[in-house]
Amino acid sequence: MGFFERIFKEPRWGVHPDDHKRPAADVPLRVLPPPAKVYMPLQQHVGGAARPIVLVGQKVLKGQLLAEPSGNISAPIHAPVSGTISAIGEVTAPHASGLGFTAITIDNDFENRWIECEQVADPLALAAEEITKRTAAAGIVGLGGATFPSAAKFSLGRRLKVDTLIVNGGECEPYLSADDRIMRDRANEVVDGVRIVMRAIGAEQALVGIEDNKPEAIAAMRLAAEPFAEVKIRPVPTRYPMGSDRQLIQTLTGREVPADARAAEVGVLVHNVSTCAAVHQAVRFGRPLVERIVTINGGAVKEPGNIFAPIGTLVAELLAFCGLKEDPARIILGGPMMGTPLPHAQVPLVKGASGILAFDAKEAFMPEAGPCIRCGNCTRACPMGLQPLEMGAHIRAGNLDGAEKFMLGDCMSCGCCAYVCPSHIPLVQYFNHAKGELWAKERTKLRVDASKRLVEARAQRLEREAKEKAEAAARRKAERAAAKAKAAAEAQGQAEGETA
Amino acid sequence: MLTAVGSLTVMGIALGGLLGVASRYLAVEGNPIEGEIKDLLPGSQCGQCGYVGCAQAATALAKGEAPVTLCPPGGRALAQQLAAKLGVKVDLSAISDDGPKLAQVAEEICIGCCKCIKVCPTDAIIGAAKQIHNVIREACTGCGACVDRCPTEAMTMVPVPVTLQHWIWPKPALNTAVAAHA
Repeated sequence: MGFFERIFKEPRWGVHPDDHKRPAADVPLRVLPPPAKVYMPLQQHVGGAARPIVLVGQKVLKGQLLAEPSGNISAPIHAPVSGTISAIGEVTAPHASGLGFTAITIDNDFENRWIECEQVADPLALAAEEITKRTAAAGIVGLGGATFPSAAKFSLGRRLKVDTLIVNGGECEPYLSADDRIMRDRANEVVDGVRIVMRAIGAEQALVGIEDNKPEAIAAMRLAAEPFAEVKIRPVPTRYPMGSDRQLIQTLTGREVPADARAAEVGVLVHNVSTCAAVHQAVRFGRPLVERIVTINGGAVKEPGNIFAPIGTLVAELLAFCGLKEDPARIILGGPMMGTPLPHAQVPLVKGASGILAFDAKEAFMPEAGPCIRCGNCTRACPMGLQPLEMGAHIRAGNLDGAEKFMLGDCMSCGCCAYVCPSHIPLVQYFNHAKGELWAKERTKLRVDASKRLVEARAQRLEREAKEKAEAAARRKAERAAAKAKAAAEAQGQAEGETA
Repeated sequence: MLTAVGSLTVMGIALGGLLGVASRYLAVEGNPIEGEIKDLLPGSQCGQCGYVGCAQAATALAKGEAPVTLCPPGGRALAQQLAAKLGVKVDLSAISDDGPKLAQVAEEICIGCCKCIKVCPTDAIIGAAKQIHNVIREACTGCGACVDRCPTEAMTMVPVPVTLQHWIWPKPALNTAVAAHA
């Protein structure tokens, strides 16, 4: 790339870390031998946790509904293997806190019997609502990591009249190659899924953004998309965080999403390539989301690569399948920039997990933080145009409102600032801490408001009850008086009759 | 000279009169800070502070008659907010605050007497005579008014469990050497 091209074409935001994608990305996809037990968490998506509809001891088939969605933003959960439900209880969540959440445990019977799946010969002839319904029923959520229920996004796209579907094949996180692999091996499925999603949201064109460090994926996708003029494959510069929706939208369409708006409000909707492939499976073959491709990578892994595994498999089994050279110094779910450190490997694989990284001591090493020298590198790197140094300083001093004034709410915790910081200040941890505290404050306020409403409702109830009681008493008194008067009148009548 | 004295006198009387009228008609009723304090208080009227309700407590706080640490359900966080609002210093170590709590019924002891239902300020307890009662967690403010009323000690206050939705990343520990430099 020439000097001028570098200046004008390369985005000015972001960072360019060593991607560490190969050799894992070039190893052919392997299929995990079916695990003896799977743990299917009820909360694998943004929104309400699913409600179990199966009982312990019940036999289930692969793809059978285990838990139904609760509320508008939620997703159902299906059985990833056939077998018997052995428990519904708490397991450790793949989360930095090490806290637990509810999961359904299935003992595999190794028969691999699928439930009857309704196939559709021509999904593109289906109505948009029908596609949305089938996607929702298959439990498909954003597989890039955000895990937002896809069907809810389809409805939003239709409502806001989206004209362009952006398909996110950026995969800008180092080490990960799950999306790369699915584009190389299953390009036809991805493209078919893209066309189904376009139909569901009513988009006129689809732009597939793929970072130019994946030439094989670009070639495979170009070949698969050749017959369809409306699906355009667009290589984008390799730059972290290109896979973030706002950055990808701006690179591909030139449209900038306002700070407090959603992508759909500028007429685009972003879906991940793996999500599109899952939509293809769900709508064309009626298969729910029960398996996914996951990258196993990192210095501690003997044979890194991509594995096709049932969701709910323990991370420990995935790591054992690829072999470990040494005890990993840190295990991360997702990529090294935005992923979640895991407390241990006995946690289930979830729908949104695109990678499991087992780092050796060298990779996991964290240098000690020094003082901020106000060099401004973080400000240059921030893709959202924020000033991480100012936000970090405010949070360190305990002034969360001050950090909010520097638009902490727009920070997506991509980690560019911490990556470039010469003093190794853990800026993202400061931001995540502050976001959590601010959210807790907001929740407390909502709670106080709610209890004030309840107190008022109680006061009204007590008043109403007192009034009703008084009215009832008055009525009874009147009735008694009337009865007394009547009795007196009768007695008088009788007395008069007797005298007469 | 007379003109000057006269005009100044007239002006004095007119403006003085105007101020007098304004002070009567534009008067602010009550202390405005009272309303702000009332908004901070939990509003559950539990009465644990010794005042009838939160409004009375707010009045006392605004007058400086009550300490900012008066509200047990509000805990340490509220005491801090009140201290900031009123500009007073507060010794937070005096408050025993082990986080927010919720009421919980021990089902095997509850006799269904309905006493707790009557005192709950937010109607957070459901049940009927001789039926086991239960607490609606979303509506409970953790004021603890029900605990004293329960004749069988079936009502206890339990800490709100930390869930994935409530967990907060810890603040990075400050490197002491760096802190000394900064």
